[in-house]
Amino acid sequence: MSTETQAPSQPPVRIKPGNIQLDPNGKLRHFIAIEGLPKTVLQEILDTAESFASAQDQREKKFELLKGHTIANLFFEPSTRTRTTFELAAKRLSADVLNINISASSSSKGETLLDMLRNLEAMHVDMFVVRHGSSGAAHFIANNVAPHVSVINAGDGSHEHPTQAMLDMFTIRQHKPDFPSLRVAIVGDLMHSRVARSQIHALNTLGVGELRVIGPQTLLPAGIEKMGVQVYQDIEAGIRDVDVIIMLRLQRERMNGAFIPSQGEYFRLYGMTEKRLALAKPDAIVMHPGPINRGVEMDSAVADGPHSVILEQVSNGIAVRMAAMAMAMRNLDGSSAA
Amino acid sequence: MSGPRIHIQGGRFIDPANGIDADNDIWVADGKVAAIGTAPDGFTADQIIDASGQVICPGLVDLSARTREPGQSDKATIASETRAASHAGITTLVCPPDTNPVIDSAAVVELIHHKAREANCSRLLTLGALTRGLEGETITAMHTLKGAGVVGMSNASQPVKNSLVLSRAFEYAATHDLTVFVRPDEPDLSQGGCVHEGPLATRMGLPGIPEAAETVAVAKTLELIEKTDVRAHFSQLSTARAAHMIARARHDGLKVTADVAVHHLYLTEVDIRNFDSACHLLPPLRSEQDRDGLRECINNGMIDAICSDHQPHEPDAKQAPFPDTAPGLSGLDTLLPLVLRLADERVLSLSDAIKTVTHTPASILGLDCGQLAISSAADLCIFNPAESWFVNTDTLNSRGHNTPFMGWEMHGRATHTLVDGRITFSNQDD
Repeated sequence: MSTETQAPSQPPVRIKPGNIQLDPNGKLRHFIAIEGLPKTVLQEILDTAESFASAQDQREKKFELLKGHTIANLFFEPSTRTRTTFELAAKRLSADVLNINISASSSSKGETLLDMLRNLEAMHVDMFVVRHGSSGAAHFIANNVAPHVSVINAGDGSHEHPTQAMLDMFTIRQHKPDFPSLRVAIVGDLMHSRVARSQIHALNTLGVGELRVIGPQTLLPAGIEKMGVQVYQDIEAGIRDVDVIIMLRLQRERMNGAFIPSQGEYFRLYGMTEKRLALAKPDAIVMHPGPINRGVEMDSAVADGPHSVILEQVSNGIAVRMAAMAMAMRNLDGSSAA
Repeated sequence: MSGPRIHIQGGRFIDPANGIDADNDIWVADGKVAAIGTAPDGFTADQIIDASGQVICPGLVDLSARTREPGQSDKATIASETRAASHAGITTLVCPPDTNPVIDSAAVVELIHHKAREANCSRLLTLGALTRGLEGETITAMHTLKGAGVVGMSNASQPVKNSLVLSRAFEYAATHDLTVFVRPDEPDLSQGGCVHEGPLATRMGLPGIPEAAETVAVAKTLELIEKTDVRAHFSQLSTARAAHMIARARHDGLKVTADVAVHHLYLTEVDIRNFDSACHLLPPLRSEQDRDGLRECINNGMIDAICSDHQPHEPDAKQAPFPDTAPGLSGLDTLLPLVLRLADERVLSLSDAIKTVTHTPASILGLDCGQLAISSAADLCIFNPAESWFVNTDTLNSRGHNTPFMGWEMHGRATHTLVDGRITFSNQDD
């Protein structure tokens, strides 16, 4: 190797900046994060979901859009709701579905994540739906899959859970379609919530009028105000006159001294009760990504009451996931044909 | 000691310790600098190095470089990394004690020194473990370790949680006139974190390491330094606030010094975007204010030295979701050009920039190298300041290719390196 006349040859080899989620035409290729997606793409997801949702009430719920495609649900963390709705969504699009639950024990066999991906690709899997405990896992997988494979993030660490946020947007739109006129509050464990991060990006991209986050300082991550939210530590001030209240789940291991002193004190300070709900707009809706800790995040009277849209969120989850899968796969098929 | 008789012709000679920056020829004999400027009487050179258009300076002294041996020779070896060091103009490396086995016995010190002698490239020095197995429970046989050749004590990146143990370790190190190297980290505050705590960590959902993890550790360590009167060196500061605390303590009379890893003078948390695992480092890349503050501290002397904090990894170690990857970067190859760039960017004069990686780290270690007075050891780096090169897998000599500077254009590259008057690298040989 001569160092004297070294030509500045090789271009930088780095992960390219820019949006790995979009193809060169700006169409959805992977669905990894809400951050970085333009409003048009979010609206397209909602509109596509709308068309699937209207079909759900009919007896024949199936579409043949993904016939012959194989989708692998790769779940490195346990999940019931998200995994089953992804599975149903894939089946309603006529895809073949592989459910792979990777427990700690099987990853301790020493197989790396990359080896696992290569093996599944060799089985001609077309799409990975991934849930992983580490933030950035979906990015990592999307950066490493073959060009014909699409990746959908079903939750990575505390980073994002984009399909959950889109089903929440879908639910809000059904009740209150004019986002710029809305005041929305997100209550609880913002620190660890991937759902909250995706919701914040989605609500801001869709142009919501005002977005508030409410919680004790131990559950509000540093610099969250830079994400375009107003920070409240007092729930009564925070939910005054809001149109939408989103309650977040508080994981059991974060109660009892780690982040809050006790469930009881948390409920007293941040739990959603009918009395507190009365401070919001009279037609406010209450949401929760589930599963609910009754008596911790909210009273049963609120969870099952007339303002609650929690079960609608669940059924909307199928239509939104169908939309995301269909769009990513269609755009991918389209680009490989071109 | 015998060695080749070398005449280095026509270069710009910069020896910051002795305040020299002038066009001078250098003559080397018997492993030492024989003459500067004027040929010694009757000198016949075995070899002539044409250094015209190049800079001749003391060989670089890197205060923190892992060679991964013993214990992790799948990542790199003493032979591979001391060779890479020579290619990069670094003549002395200091190896932290977190090898496997840990450097807590004379046998491990001897093993490392033996392997380094066999490799016959750059010099490899060792820091001994402050506590046995780095476990923070019992102090090591520091007197024995010193006898075996360690140049200081350190608990590497494993903080000693028990303040009483830490205090006694400092006292015992002071008893044996050993410098203690501390990488400040309060483990309860940094626990589980992998990036700087702030808006970016929040946005990416990555667990953060607050500034306080460093400043709390510095505050506690400073108190114990004062109490025990040990000589201490803070390694790899990442926050401007910690640097100011240390400078204040030094102003008040404490025997403390500090270094910064060169990448903390260039990169910030923003470089992590897209979850680039090459930027997974401990201490983490901090805010822009920290980066600029650390540059100021290098400029005004509050931070004394610059190191590479070299931590080579095999490719697989960085191939995983960001938090699951191994922290650390491979830094030997980029140390010299990044330090030179501080002069280009007017943070330091060229001579002062060179000083931060030569004379200053050598004095922190209590060593004579890092300067080129007549009859000092001929540890020399000759570099071409104008040579431009790109960081890529072909240009890196370290076994580790894990660098966030991949693709960057660098200016300045070693052309010859001499250790004890022996040519350990010459670009003519490659």
